[in-house]
Amino acid sequence: MNRLKTGEVNLGTSIMAVQFEGGVVIGADSRTTTGSYIANRVTDKLTHVHDRIYCCRSGSAADTQAVADIVHYYLQMYTQTAGQPPAVHTAAALFQKLCYENKDGLSAGIIVAGWDKDVGASVYNIPLGGGMFRQPWAIGGSGSTYVYGYCDATYKDGWGRDETVEFVRNTLSLAMSRDGSSGGVIRMCVITEGGVERLFVPGDQLPKFWEGREVLGAATKKVAGETEVVPMAVEV
Amino acid sequence: MDHFPTNWGRPRNDAFDAYGTYPIAQRPKNDAFSAGVQHTQQPIVTGTSVLAIKYKDGIMMAADNLASYGSLARFKDIQRLHAVGDNTVIGAGGDMSDFQYIQTILDELMIDEFTSGDHQTLGPAEIHEYLSQIMYARRSKMNPLWNSLLVGGFKDGQRFLAYVDLLGTTYSASTLATGYGSYIAQPLLRKAVEGYEDVLTEEEALKIIENSMRVLYYRDARSLNKYQVATITEKGVTISESRQLETSWSFAEGIRGYGAQTQ
Amino acid sequence: MTSIGTGYDLSASTYSPDGRIFQVEYANKAVENSGTAIGLRVKDGIVLAVEKLVHSKLLVPNANRRIQTIDRHIGLATAGLLADGRHLSNRARDEASNYRETYNSPPPLKAVADRLGLYVQAYTLYSSVRPFGISTILGAVDNSGPSLYVVEPSGVFFGYNGAAVGKGRQLAKTELEKLKLSELSTREAVIEAARIIYLVHDDAKEKDFELEMSWIGDDSGGLHVPVPKDLFDEAEAKAKAALENFE
Repeated sequence: MNRLKTGEVNLGTSIMAVQFEGGVVIGADSRTTTGSYIANRVTDKLTHVHDRIYCCRSGSAADTQAVADIVHYYLQMYTQTAGQPPAVHTAAALFQKLCYENKDGLSAGIIVAGWDKDVGASVYNIPLGGGMFRQPWAIGGSGSTYVYGYCDATYKDGWGRDETVEFVRNTLSLAMSRDGSSGGVIRMCVITEGGVERLFVPGDQLPKFWEGREVLGAATKKVAGETEVVPMAVEV
Repeated sequence: MDHFPTNWGRPRNDAFDAYGTYPIAQRPKNDAFSAGVQHTQQPIVTGTSVLAIKYKDGIMMAADNLASYGSLARFKDIQRLHAVGDNTVIGAGGDMSDFQYIQTILDELMIDEFTSGDHQTLGPAEIHEYLSQIMYARRSKMNPLWNSLLVGGFKDGQRFLAYVDLLGTTYSASTLATGYGSYIAQPLLRKAVEGYEDVLTEEEALKIIENSMRVLYYRDARSLNKYQVATITEKGVTISESRQLETSWSFAEGIRGYGAQTQ
Repeated sequence: MTSIGTGYDLSASTYSPDGRIFQVEYANKAVENSGTAIGLRVKDGIVLAVEKLVHSKLLVPNANRRIQTIDRHIGLATAGLLADGRHLSNRARDEASNYRETYNSPPPLKAVADRLGLYVQAYTLYSSVRPFGISTILGAVDNSGPSLYVVEPSGVFFGYNGAAVGKGRQLAKTELEKLKLSELSTREAVIEAARIIYLVHDDAKEKDFELEMSWIGDDSGGLHVPVPKDLFDEAEAKAKAALENFE
């Protein structure tokens, strides 16, 4: 089922959030597309909803911005009436409510992550239908389907900040390299009790993995153990 | 942004048949409004079968820990069995966001009962009836809650086990299974349980459930080998920790080809 | 009551020349005529107790309860007009359930007290309504621990360690002040609460009363429930004994 309306701008995306002891790392690519045209190559999909709570947006840009704006408003009201900052669970519950009650009209896959004094760091995944699932790490958007295996194989409990940042950077780079709807730069945030730190990886400095360079490179003499490129056979 | 100045100010191409390809009556509607309001949604994040049987001391129910996203095994540690009060467990297949919604309305209902202070509590029969009314009302609004549910319980010395689904259909039996389980596990459960409801011990019941879960794992492509078992007896509700299924594959080692091949 | 007959006491929407709202003050009188209600906020929980005056021997025992449950973890006790107490507890239940619906988590007591205060205050603004003739003790154990509030007919509310409203509030407050509330266990607080209710009950003016007690704490699994019968009986027996020693 095509959930986007005709002409709608899509965040065909790679997004991610990972909790560690003392904080969370969230990350996203920066590509926004209409069909195959890149409408924005430097999008910021990491959206502030409170001092220590951010969300990663995937799906329709219009829908997710509207939902994030509403939650931002609710959390400001909450802070004033409760006299203290909201828990991440509170923010996630608000996102969940909006996404569930309007599931017929929305295409929004949102990851909510942040830090609060009750439980410390936490990550909530709110996929398309409007369910809510707490996870130690979450990936989302079209690019995520290419990297489930990498994440399952790589993630370990008990990482520190730097290992977690590296995990997010590598995962997103891999997703962006395989998903045509993801790309550009990597934006990351490290959210801890102390504050939010923004990290940036330019599009020409993404971590590199196997890219099939030997296939594309100039023809060279075959070395033992190296595979040779053969032109595709054409049946007549 | 349309980059062709000749198109500026004209109707958008996707809403306008520029070359007169179609007669007006057959012109395909694919503008932003053509979808209209679509209520009858489709399940997105889904759980598969739930199984339940009656046994000597009460009801035993099982469901695996998987929530699928199409064919993607997206969430591998979710719980599909949910205790409602001290006498009832519901187990859900189908859309997990709708199941979470059902959990919240039942929680609200139980609080309403608790605060009324009459020291009456809702049992499995009442909860099943309530659910069936809600499921039928929603399907009548062309906006169903996309689930098949089993309700199991034990109250006032009575066992209770019944089914309700997205259409509001209900039935009751001494063995029940939803989804794929209704094709694969139900015959196995019937053979093992019917006629023995009052003699099966908890250990025997667990064996039957375990075996059916294993067959389901072998044949249901949306299932997981990690599952939980709930028992509802006179003593109340217990929902087990997640347990791993034991499966056997070694017999396959010697299989060669798909017919005459021998090596 | 020099204000009677001056014309400024007929409506809650009219101030007297010296800035008072007599209807609210009369509402406080309605509270003062009622049997005492007390609340104790102790180390690990909350205890509510009420001196429920029994006007007729024909009444069914334990009928017309003045302690009510608002949410799993929130209790409410009122002093004043019984029907107003019922209305306000229904409102409190709605507010608690509304909070749950919005935030998908159990409401902190402060949020409920806050909203209830606003609601009660709205009944001091209009000529078409009368203010609530009750003072309300709210008790809960929420994620910040035990908390206790009192909402007055004017709509103001304060947090307390020990609270007393109704006829015998002065004596009850004096007794509460003698206790080291922050060191008491919930179980000990039940004994003290029963003793205080029996102490403040004026045998000469009112003949019969029923003791009503509820608690929230680890012993009740975090739920607001009536004090279990064995402990209730023990507390009541000790209260009667203490009364005899006192006299």
